[in-house]
Amino acid sequence: MIISVASGKGGTGKTTVSTNLARSIDQKVQVFDCDVEEPDSHLFLNPVIEKKESVIAPVPEIDLEKCSFCKKCMNICRFGAIAVLKKDVLCFENLCHSCGGCFEVCPENAVMEKERSLGEVEHGSSNGISFIHGRLDISQVMVPPIIKKIRSYTNPDIVTIIDAPPGTSCPVIAAMNKADFILLVTEPTPFGLHDLKLAVETVRILGIPHGLVINRAGLGNDDVKIYSEKENLPILMEIPFDKKIAKIYSKGQMVVEQLPEYKEKFQNLFNKISQLVEKGRQEK
Amino acid sequence: MRELVILSGKGGTGKTSITSAFASLAENMVMCDADVDAADLHLILKPDFKVSSNFKGGYEAVINPDKCTGCGRCIEICKFDAVKELFEIDPIECEGCGVCVDLCPEQAIDFPEKLCGQWYISNTRFGPMVHARLGIAQENSGKLVSLVRQEAKKIAEKGNFDLILTDGPPGIGCPVIASIGQATAILIIAEPTVSGLHDMERVGQLSKRFNIPAMVCINKFDLNLDQTKKIEEFAKKTHIAVVGRIHFDRTFTESMVQEKNIFEYNPDSQTGIEVRQVWDKILSFPLFNTPVANNILQHL
Ligand code: SF4
Ligand code: SF4
Ligand code: SF4
Ligand code: SF4
Repeated sequence: MIISVASGKGGTGKTTVSTNLARSIDQKVQVFDCDVEEPDSHLFLNPVIEKKESVIAPVPEIDLEKCSFCKKCMNICRFGAIAVLKKDVLCFENLCHSCGGCFEVCPENAVMEKERSLGEVEHGSSNGISFIHGRLDISQVMVPPIIKKIRSYTNPDIVTIIDAPPGTSCPVIAAMNKADFILLVTEPTPFGLHDLKLAVETVRILGIPHGLVINRAGLGNDDVKIYSEKENLPILMEIPFDKKIAKIYSKGQMVVEQLPEYKEKFQNLFNKISQLVEKGRQEK
Repeated sequence: MRELVILSGKGGTGKTSITSAFASLAENMVMCDADVDAADLHLILKPDFKVSSNFKGGYEAVINPDKCTGCGRCIEICKFDAVKELFEIDPIECEGCGVCVDLCPEQAIDFPEKLCGQWYISNTRFGPMVHARLGIAQENSGKLVSLVRQEAKKIAEKGNFDLILTDGPPGIGCPVIASIGQATAILIIAEPTVSGLHDMERVGQLSKRFNIPAMVCINKFDLNLDQTKKIEEFAKKTHIAVVGRIHFDRTFTESMVQEKNIFEYNPDSQTGIEVRQVWDKILSFPLFNTPVANNILQHL
């Protein structure tokens, strides 16, 4: 079962929920931190990293000996990553989306593959949890391939918990697509509500069963609850606004370890998710 | 004219609350919400959405079943696995590279421009504002960020405004890179947590790479004094100027619930005073007062 933990905006407690959920359940679980721009789960789970690999994408390099300067590569490139001059061809790696177009069209076989590093993926384990996260290289922009790489290690026989990046655009979709359940995390403030609405829209486009965790409950107002009721969005758990929890988080500690009563609450959350996934399957 | 871009790494550190507070303090300024993916600034600034325009940020391949012979060439060449078995293209997976469009032997693939969002020029009680809304599940947020910043710049130049205040997106990827190119300085709003430190390190590296002077302000600093000190030490080591600390205070949230900024809600609160001090520090930051040389990469 794949559970993707997401939120329209950052800082709502996504990482708190995903790491503590993973720590609480009595099943084999893998945690994928797919927030590759700012991966933070490892700071809480402290995994021992066992393996590292880089995520690479092919970019073109032109063999000027063979090139006839026909401009076919430049014309197919929708991203402006190739400029053919009179006696030279310039490739702008940073603009390349690795779509393969230039490789396909070159009549002279002059486009060669060069590797560009987008980021890295690390594998490790933390007290029985198998852990994988990705990290975008500084000044690189291609996030979805790193997320796809992480997700290629999905083990269908165990529970997979994904920490998704914030927002509603392509990286988030890559982290939510084909999940069995999307767990949305929000805080009960006007910003939280506004971003939750966007996240719900996104989830509905994907048509995946979903539910809500309200973090820092009691902080703002009741509008998130009113919205959830109206939209039939099940509230699966509430974590109260509590300076103690904020302090635990600030030190990189786990809530379920410092406040053991939370373990059962997270187990409950997991049971509710399992039921909703089962219900979704039957409806299908 | 200067532009201050406010970033936070992960988000949720109080960036937008602080930006909206600065709106009360800054004079002669244009606001720009570059967090196009999850824009929140308008909830406080209440822009009037005076002019609205479409953002067409890309293209999308669509197979015309009447022309398609099912030869399978598109499946073979699409590097993004966007073409599904029955020769339909999944709009969510399609990167809009157009390679299948060009190479389909039957010319059976259309390539319409896609509406990716909306952007707006508005008036607010603090001055003009440029903001946007990226469509759900759309890409090219970087392009939209560049667009709102360019429009804000145009307004600033035309109206002789001295300052653009830009609320930046989270992360360090494409939208963030698009939001900092050619900015005068960035301000990082950090939280004193282990992840706050980690996120700030990455934003700091990015600002170095693009040669933009950076400042940091620690919000909710009393939550964890050890982490606050660590952030400040790290900042000093990496030449990020520390411009202040702000207490952990529910007044921020309370003012947000009232849809006001802190100076409208409770100007004499401790937080209000601290935000004012941070703002004064920013204004006196030397690099914020020297015109920056040509920094980099507008083509994203
Ligand atoms: S398509 Fe090949 S031959 Fe033509 S300009 Fe490009 S690299 Fe040169
Ligand atoms: S691989 Fe695609 S994006 Fe990259 S240079 Fe070639 S045509 Fe352009
Ligand atoms: S390449 Fe063109 S004709 Fe061939 S399967 Fe694809 S759309 Fe159909
Ligand atoms: S436009 Fe590019 S990504 Fe989209 S289906 Fe065609 S080849 Fe694939």
